[in-house]
Amino acid sequence: MALTQQDISREIAERSRAFAEAGQTRHHPARDYAPYRSSLLRHPKHPLVTVRDPEAVELSGPVFGVTDVTDLDADLTRQHAGEPLGERITVTGRVLDREGRPIRGQLAEIWQANASGRYAHQRDQHPAPLDPNFTGVGRCLTDDEGRYRFTTIKPGAYPWRNHTNAWRPAHIHFSLFGDAFTQRLITQMYFPGDPLFAYDPILQSVTDAAARDRLVAAYEHDLSVPEWSLGYRWDIVLDGPAATWLEEGR
Amino acid sequence: MLPTPSQTVGPFYGYALPFLQGGDMAPAGHDDSAITVYGHVFDGAGDPVPDALLEFWQPAPDGSRTGAPGSLRRDQTTGGYAGRDGLTFTGFGRVATDADGRYAVRTLPPGGVPYLSVCVFARGLLHHLFTRVYLPGPDCDADPLLTALEPERRSTLIAEATAERVYRFDVRLHGDKETVFLDFP
Ligand SMILES: [Fe+3]
Repeated sequence: MALTQQDISREIAERSRAFAEAGQTRHHPARDYAPYRSSLLRHPKHPLVTVRDPEAVELSGPVFGVTDVTDLDADLTRQHAGEPLGERITVTGRVLDREGRPIRGQLAEIWQANASGRYAHQRDQHPAPLDPNFTGVGRCLTDDEGRYRFTTIKPGAYPWRNHTNAWRPAHIHFSLFGDAFTQRLITQMYFPGDPLFAYDPILQSVTDAAARDRLVAAYEHDLSVPEWSLGYRWDIVLDGPAATWLEEGR
Repeated sequence: MLPTPSQTVGPFYGYALPFLQGGDMAPAGHDDSAITVYGHVFDGAGDPVPDALLEFWQPAPDGSRTGAPGSLRRDQTTGGYAGRDGLTFTGFGRVATDADGRYAVRTLPPGGVPYLSVCVFARGLLHHLFTRVYLPGPDCDADPLLTALEPERRSTLIAEATAERVYRFDVRLHGDKETVFLDFP
């Protein structure tokens, strides 16, 4: 029998209850989160092996520069001849490490569905229109304060096949590099007040409510540009050690 | 500060993250020293994973770990990818698995250590996984991570030489012969 939203919601509630009873904090999703069915055969069963080597290569990381981006990469509304359809938005924030220090000059990449909830990806065949003026890919380098800034279109919610009537809340995929490979992060930014949050096993895989809240951007009226765009702020904190931390005796 | 949680890369990163020459880490030339690492990503049923993304990071042959820009050089005229500049070794590579769940990178041997660092992303994987491709050789015998592992687990981290300077390294996400994945606290 096909899995219903009720089945999945029950599993989400069970995992949430078990997490609350354990009385822990947990920043990242468990990799074995069954309500997200694709995780079942794609998570390790063995515990991770801890590496405590101050010489580990992973404590350094790749660097990027002005050759890796163009000026237009950060404005997803200007990559085609015409204007994309949808609600123009600005998304900005800072990329920081766990000590609150800015991640400077590093690569931030985003990708997203268009205003109708359709990706410019061949495998996305759900019956919502493609927008010839929107690809949905952007990148930029963070500035000296760790700031990134994108102009784009608010993405639509879209259906997926985890279970019957599964819908993803609107989100923008983010990929971030830190000062070390250990700080690498791929995540998703959500929009405040989305009614789909409770139904989505991918967002709910973050069982710690406070951590989940950190995936939701804030609408900030001062970031809105008159007659032009609505503004959202989303700050990102990268986990994991870096060689520079070790040098400072952390 | 509290970290931003990870989320899966999802199924639709394919038009956003991979880039031209993403796996061609070795600059042109170097035919007598460049190495190729290839393999599959498998799930717990032993099926290939066609929607995984692997990133590689390593020291340059001289041991330097500063990296260099230019991995995903953009064409400032067309806005597309220009490819690498043919000279610079950036230390960074990114490849998506193909429809057969296979990947390959061509790179220069890492200086000072016997391994390449790997970060694995995939649809279905809510939080990336780190592992290492160890290149077989005497340096592996003294490596503190390898020597601390049970022989059966250790073998999942050591690539198999299948031809001269060609190595096979499979990633098994779950179950039998599961790859050793790493945590950096
Ligand atoms: Fe998505």
